[in-house]
Amino acid sequence: MDIKALRTKLSGTITSAFQTYAKKEEKPASSSSAFWIMVQKEFGDHIRSWRFAILMGIILLACIGSVYSAVTALRSGSAAEQAEEGFRFLQVFTLSDGTLPSFISFVTFLGPLMGIALGFDAINTERSKGTLSRLVSQPIYRDDILKAKFVSTLLVIAVAILALGLLVMGLSLIVIGYPPTAEEVWRVLLFLLTAIVYVGFWLNLSILFSVRFRQATTSALAGISLWIFFSVFYSMILNLIAKGAAPSSTAGTEEVMDYQRLMMMLNRLSPSELFNEANMTLLMPSVRSLGPLTMEQVVGALPSPLPLGQSLLLVWPQLTGMIAATMICFGLSYLLFMRQEIRSRS
Amino acid sequence: MAPHIENAELAVELSGLSKAYGDHLAVNKLDLTIPKGEIFGLLGPNGAGKTTTILMMLGLTEPTSGVVRVLGLDPARNALEIKRRVGYMPDDLGFYEDRSGLDNLIYTARLNGLSGEAARESAKRLLERVGLSAAGGKKVGAYSRGMRQRLGLADVLIKRPEMIILDEPTLGIDPKGVSELLELITRLSKEEGITVLLSSHHLQQVQQICDRVGLFVSGRLVACGGLEELSKSLEEQHAVIVEVEVDGWTEELRRELEALEGVASIRHVAEHPNGRQTAAEVACSSDLTAKIAGAVVAKGAGLLGIRRRSYSLDDVYRRYFEGGDTYGH
Repeated sequence: MDIKALRTKLSGTITSAFQTYAKKEEKPASSSSAFWIMVQKEFGDHIRSWRFAILMGIILLACIGSVYSAVTALRSGSAAEQAEEGFRFLQVFTLSDGTLPSFISFVTFLGPLMGIALGFDAINTERSKGTLSRLVSQPIYRDDILKAKFVSTLLVIAVAILALGLLVMGLSLIVIGYPPTAEEVWRVLLFLLTAIVYVGFWLNLSILFSVRFRQATTSALAGISLWIFFSVFYSMILNLIAKGAAPSSTAGTEEVMDYQRLMMMLNRLSPSELFNEANMTLLMPSVRSLGPLTMEQVVGALPSPLPLGQSLLLVWPQLTGMIAATMICFGLSYLLFMRQEIRSRS
Repeated sequence: MAPHIENAELAVELSGLSKAYGDHLAVNKLDLTIPKGEIFGLLGPNGAGKTTTILMMLGLTEPTSGVVRVLGLDPARNALEIKRRVGYMPDDLGFYEDRSGLDNLIYTARLNGLSGEAARESAKRLLERVGLSAAGGKKVGAYSRGMRQRLGLADVLIKRPEMIILDEPTLGIDPKGVSELLELITRLSKEEGITVLLSSHHLQQVQQICDRVGLFVSGRLVACGGLEELSKSLEEQHAVIVEVEVDGWTEELRRELEALEGVASIRHVAEHPNGRQTAAEVACSSDLTAKIAGAVVAKGAGLLGIRRRSYSLDDVYRRYFEGGDTYGH
């Protein structure tokens, strides 16, 4: 009898446990899963879009071109003076024979285009197509929409950049037949990571514009003009300032150093300059400092390449700067988006 | 935190609700209650504040002042819970054009917490329900306006809502499509006990299916109630109108009719091209249908038709909206 009672009791407990389990199953999914569903959908949209195919086409061409140009440069032996230090493999990314720019200058130039092209219509097209008002009436947090847009596009960018970088590595491995060392592989991977952060900044900037401007064309134009400003006009403006602020030829060391620091500060306001400094340090281990060095500092230094850890330390501020700029853009778009009233197609 | 339920029988409860955009008062001290299971029509011209009111109910915009309760919940605090239980179809609804109708539905279903397989199942079922199962695999870009609207309805229903809010659901579809859509809405509401709030500036449509209507003019609810209620309030103040169609209308007959006791005025409505048949509206203080008919026949004219006009929402509407600013201010 006892056993029977126990059995009934036990089965009752199990049933109720199952019921609670079943109830949990029925419970509407948490908002985090809604977030990942949105990311999934956005990711799919990007991959299927013509825009992405065209972008990849351009960048792929640029990659092949830069590898070709680097390989001809390597063959002609223009890298002889650097080659003795090793890291010959990394030169595939930095070297150019003069006909086509190197891989890093391609990434510096085309990366922003990729970020802008994938983000400029993130919010405003949803708005003008009337899908945004439908989306915000679903049980999801509004900021998840913005986050999903950012995360999915960044994922697409990360996949694309990693694929391209590894493609270039593989291609050059075949062409020059010279295997990379472990450190070189790490340096390339870190460089690709910086590139992702850099493109991520431009992506966030264009998402900010897409929240701010109702017209997709306006936001694309705003993004592109900022990109052109930084890649063409900013250095010209800096030159003007440099001429005006240059110390006289009789100025002391302190004055010259101050001037140098000021110019560098201004230069580093540009995200592309930050990216340049970062990838130079990562891909050219012989770069020892990004600022001016006095004679005292150089005396006694061995002219050897920096170990990876030291190079990383050197670019840490640049990386932090880029991430901070990304955060600021994201924060601004968040602020704007959360306060906006969403009516259909207006 | 347990949501505070004020009155479980009410689907919507608005009191003293106002919304200002700068100086412009879009919604002005609105009081409205909608019991559960009702089909309520929010009727008003464009820019009357209908959409703004709906947005406030869903917590998509904040009221300047006043209290909103939807299903007993405060949209400012429990917006997510409300959106889980209330389906909203915006007036100019859009879908992801390069995805199929089925995909669009599945996406909404999954955002509402359905798992992949369950989402597909219920999306298919709903497509069938709104008569789109054949077009489910087509891209939404190829859908006609009426199909979109029906897809919109499926999209709203996929979360199994307790209440649906339809903003101008009949906008831009042909009459046949309208009646089909409205029939669908009515059937759904009755079968599943869903509260329906629909806004429109098309009164004939609202008239067909709504249990109650609210007339909305420049941010104010000027009248609210069932159709009979509204008509009655109109009749009390207005004269009875008798529409008469006569073959062989003469000035003499007109004078005769005007001479009848209680006739206030006669309005010529339309004249047949042959110059004989005429339709007229006779306004009188009481029901004179029989007397008018007698007078016409006694004059030897052919009585083609006579009827006492019953007030449709049309008249109510015209009175409030076309009557100008004298009402409701």
